[in-house]
Amino acid sequence: MPLIIFIIKRFFRLILTVLLVSTIIFFVIRVIPGDPAAVIAGIDATQADVAAIRAQLGTDKPISVQYIHWLRSVALFDFGNSMITGEPVTKQILKRFPITLTLATLGILMGMLIAIPLGVISAVKRWSPVDYFGMLLSQIGMAVPSFWLGIILLLLFAVKIHIFPLFGSGGIKYYILPSLSLGLARAAVILRLTRASMVEELSKEYIITARAKGLTERLVKYKHALKNALIPVITVSGIQFGYMLGGAIIIEQVFSLPGLGRLFLTGIYQRDFTLIQGGVVFIAFVFSLINFLVDILYSVLNPKIRVG
Amino acid sequence: MKRSSVSSRLMLGAVIYLVILGAAAIAAPVISPYSPTDQHLENRFAPPGHKYILGTDNFGRDNFSRMIYGSRSALLVGIVSVSIAVTIGITVGIIAALSTGIIDNILMLLMDSVLSFPTILLAITVVSFLGYGLLQVMTAIGVIFSPVFARLVRAEALSIKTEEYVEASRAMGSPAVKIVFLHIMPNLMGKVVVQASITFALSIVIEASLSYLGLGTQPPTPSWGLMLKDARNYLVQAPWMSIYPGLALAMTVLSFNIIGDTLSEKINPRIVKK
Repeated sequence: MPLIIFIIKRFFRLILTVLLVSTIIFFVIRVIPGDPAAVIAGIDATQADVAAIRAQLGTDKPISVQYIHWLRSVALFDFGNSMITGEPVTKQILKRFPITLTLATLGILMGMLIAIPLGVISAVKRWSPVDYFGMLLSQIGMAVPSFWLGIILLLLFAVKIHIFPLFGSGGIKYYILPSLSLGLARAAVILRLTRASMVEELSKEYIITARAKGLTERLVKYKHALKNALIPVITVSGIQFGYMLGGAIIIEQVFSLPGLGRLFLTGIYQRDFTLIQGGVVFIAFVFSLINFLVDILYSVLNPKIRVG
Repeated sequence: MKRSSVSSRLMLGAVIYLVILGAAAIAAPVISPYSPTDQHLENRFAPPGHKYILGTDNFGRDNFSRMIYGSRSALLVGIVSVSIAVTIGITVGIIAALSTGIIDNILMLLMDSVLSFPTILLAITVVSFLGYGLLQVMTAIGVIFSPVFARLVRAEALSIKTEEYVEASRAMGSPAVKIVFLHIMPNLMGKVVVQASITFALSIVIEASLSYLGLGTQPPTPSWGLMLKDARNYLVQAPWMSIYPGLALAMTVLSFNIIGDTLSEKINPRIVKK
């Protein structure tokens, strides 16, 4: 299949996913008990007050009209106004998103920086002390919940020794500990994969050929094998990057970073339905977009995948 | 030391830890030195010592007792969520494997769309609609993890279905129900158990995370995640509040992961060679 067709097909799946998520969230919000208009109006409101708010929200119209209206607003990327603050939801999301994006980017970079070199050395020197250290680190990385790691890092580097701030946002120093907490769990996954992928490449026939040709061990391992071993590692790292958007919700809470996750949580605490539905669709969109880009990257690096 | 002996020692350690944890959860009222909810305001932020071995919290509640009771929430979430996930997963997986074409496609599309989103985000969203609390959290986690089992069961069942002894049984006229329960189910249980062990660990982490965010177990019921939520505000005054509940959480997750890994090596010895 030519690349362009693959991209178009994959793009339709992206649109389909966002449509599916938008539809599910729309109906879920409407079947749960409780009238949003009554929530906004408060307990002292009269019937007329509630009706006025309902008209303002558009929830007095038939559900089919509301649904069409909702799909239009998703397509236009305009999620309406917050039910609590009245501010446009899209504007709030876009204001907070760079913080989350910075956090996730630094997190995946730290994860890859720890995992890839260690994974490669572990594969080349199997059952050596480095390999055991790598295994230990990946077990710990998978067992320690990122939010507890965050708390422990704060305890060590903000309370015991005052290198980093206890909470807040601002310069790069506010991002180091949070992204490290996010990155370590991801590093565990990437490390295991790097090791397995490198071990597999090293056992392939072209490596034997390369050795037989008389190439140096360094060239064989770090040029031939590594280049191929990194293909799945890069794509999995991309998917892990997407998962970080989920993890960021809780890490932002631990470090009081005012990112998208905290905005979304505020929406949940205050039962701000427009904010929740906008947030869910936006996160689903970004997450699907990342998966879309990863798939394309993978198909460029490894053309075999396009056949399937 | 040989690798096999390292892994069997780890397995032994994991099992011992979980047995102790399970016993502590059952015997919580007997072994807890204090009530988990009694406030001793005169002893707020007492550091670990003779009177309170793991210290007290911001209400003067005994941390050790709260951790023992917290293990109840954690294990309960694991058991209930995994049971829900396994039940839905096996049912959907078998149906998908036995039916071909459109039903299989629709079921798997549905499962894949759940699988393709970050679990914690799904859990937060579902709980925000179901309402906060332990029951809602367990249901949400169970449903969210069911596609993992459905995928696994479907793949296994598809390959078992073509085995000769299954074909032979079918040729002899065995009804589909008999084939499912006599041949397919027993053969895929091994992999389901491995996955259940890992899912158990993940469920506990998600419950702790949701409780940390205030969406899971509600105060004053003790939960490790809830303890960590309180601890975050008193890092300077009472660091012990944040160390021990997290340690218990991480050790529990580690134990289930080790058991899952060891079992999967036993079931599929090919992996060990790599």
